[in-house]
Amino acid sequence: MAAAACAGECGVRVGLVDDNFSPGGQIWRSESAGRHAPEAAGWLERLRAARVEPLCGVRVFDAPDPGVLLAETADDLCELQYDKLILATGARERFLPFPGWTLPNVMGAGGLQALVKNGLPIRGKRVVVAGSGPLLLAVASYLRKHGAELAMVCEQAAWGSMVRFGFALVAQPAKIVQALQLKKDLAGVLFTASSWPLAAEGKNVLERVTVSRRGKSETVACDYLACGFHLVPNTELASLLGCQVEYDFVRVDDFQRTSVPRVFCAGEPTGIGGVELARVEGQIAGLVSGGRIAEARDLFAQRKKLRNFAAALDGAFQLRPELRDLPSAETTVCRCEDVPYSRLQAYPTWRAAKLQTRCGMGPCQGRVCGPATQFLFDWTPDSVRPPIFPARMENLAALASSPRPEQQAVTGGH
Amino acid sequence: MPSLVLTVNGVTVDVEPGTTVAVAAMLAGQPCRVSVGGAPRGPLCGMGICFECRMRINGKAHCRTCQIVCEPGMDVRTDD
Repeated sequence: MAAAACAGECGVRVGLVDDNFSPGGQIWRSESAGRHAPEAAGWLERLRAARVEPLCGVRVFDAPDPGVLLAETADDLCELQYDKLILATGARERFLPFPGWTLPNVMGAGGLQALVKNGLPIRGKRVVVAGSGPLLLAVASYLRKHGAELAMVCEQAAWGSMVRFGFALVAQPAKIVQALQLKKDLAGVLFTASSWPLAAEGKNVLERVTVSRRGKSETVACDYLACGFHLVPNTELASLLGCQVEYDFVRVDDFQRTSVPRVFCAGEPTGIGGVELARVEGQIAGLVSGGRIAEARDLFAQRKKLRNFAAALDGAFQLRPELRDLPSAETTVCRCEDVPYSRLQAYPTWRAAKLQTRCGMGPCQGRVCGPATQFLFDWTPDSVRPPIFPARMENLAALASSPRPEQQAVTGGH
Repeated sequence: MPSLVLTVNGVTVDVEPGTTVAVAAMLAGQPCRVSVGGAPRGPLCGMGICFECRMRINGKAHCRTCQIVCEPGMDVRTDD
C-alpha cells in the first residue's frame, strides 16, 4: 500500500494487485465489519487520492516475458503489463510438523487471527498459542481483546535470548511502547518460554494439546491451537522473475531495486522485519520508481534503524534443535499429499523426496512443507517453476491456444 | 444483527456479511476437505497459501474458502 501510494503520488499510473479480497495485506487487512486500523485507513485514503487502481482477488501465477504477468481472478484470466514492478509479497508462517498438527482447529497463529478477523467468533473459546516469534504475543493480545480465554502462550525460544532481544529494543522507543502495551494486554496470561507443542489430540477435531513446558510435559484442554514458528518470506514470484535470492531473501540495493531491471522489492521478502520496516521500504521503492530519488534518500536513516531491529529479531527467535524431533514416524509432513515423516527420512535432497514420495507436489507447492523440511532435514528448495500457484486448466489451455489473452495495461505494484 | 444464510454440506449456517466461507464451514462443524489419506482437514494459514481450506462452492471445486466471502444461498461442500 505504501509503495503504491508513494508511486501514485509521483504521478505515474499504478495498479495495486492483491491476492486477498481486500487491500492491506495480513497486518492491515480489514475486519469483516469493514474496520481498518487507523494507519491503514490513512494509506487507503492516500491510495484513493493518488488514483491507484485496486485489483483485489487477483493471483499472479506466471511471468512469461519481461514486463508481463499472468493472473487469475475468481472467474477470469488476465494479463498485466508493467513498466516497473514492485514486489511486496509479504511472508507466511513457518509450520513445523508434530503429531496431530493436521487436526481441524490446529492452525497458524496469524491463521487463527485472520479467521477471527473474517468472522470466526472467539469469545469464550479456550486457545493455546504456541510456536515462536513476536507474532505470538500480538495474536494472543488480539484474541484476548476479542474475548478468547488464553490457556497458555508457549514460546520455544529461551528467556535469555528474548532478554537480549529486549536490550536491542532500547534504541527503538516505539517498539518499547508496543512491548509494554502487549505486556499490559496479556496481564494474567500464562506466558512460558522454552516451551513448545508435543502433540495435538482429538476425535476429528482438536480437543487437547500436550506441551513441553521447560522440560516437563503438560496436557491442556482447548478449542484452538494457534501455532506458527516465526515467518518465512514469500519469494516465489521474485525467484520466478529471476531476482537474485540470497539466504532465502530477495537481494535489493539501497533503492530497493532487485537484480532484475525495473523490478523492486519491499518488505518481508527482503528480510523479516515487521510492518514498520515494510512500510518504509515500500515508500522508498514507490518514490524511486516514480523518480523522486531525493525523497527516497531521506528515508534511508529510518530504514537502517528498523533493519537493526530486524537483525535482533532474527537472533532472538532461532529455532532450537529439539523441534526437529517433534514428528513421530507416522506424522504427516506434506499435508497436501499425506506424506509421513518416516517416508522422507531416507532421502538426501528435496528433489529426490519430491520425485519418490510426491512431498511438496500438491496444491501448496511446498509452501508449507518446504520450510518444514528445510529445518527438519536441511534440504534446500528447488528452483521455482510456473505456475507458481495452481491455475485452472481452462486458463492454462486458453494460454496454450492463444498466447495473448485480454489486454490490461497496468503499471506498478503487487 | 444483519445476517446471511448459506449451506455447508446441507447444514444451514447464518453468518454476518463479510464472513469468509472457511469460517462458515467451521461454524457448520464441517471439514473443508478430506485428505488423500481420508483425514478431515480445516483451515491452517488463513491467508490463501496452504490450500487446506479448499472446498466446492456452487459446484466449482478447489475454491480457497479463506479468501472468499459468503454470499446468500451459496451451496458449499467438502472437497474430496
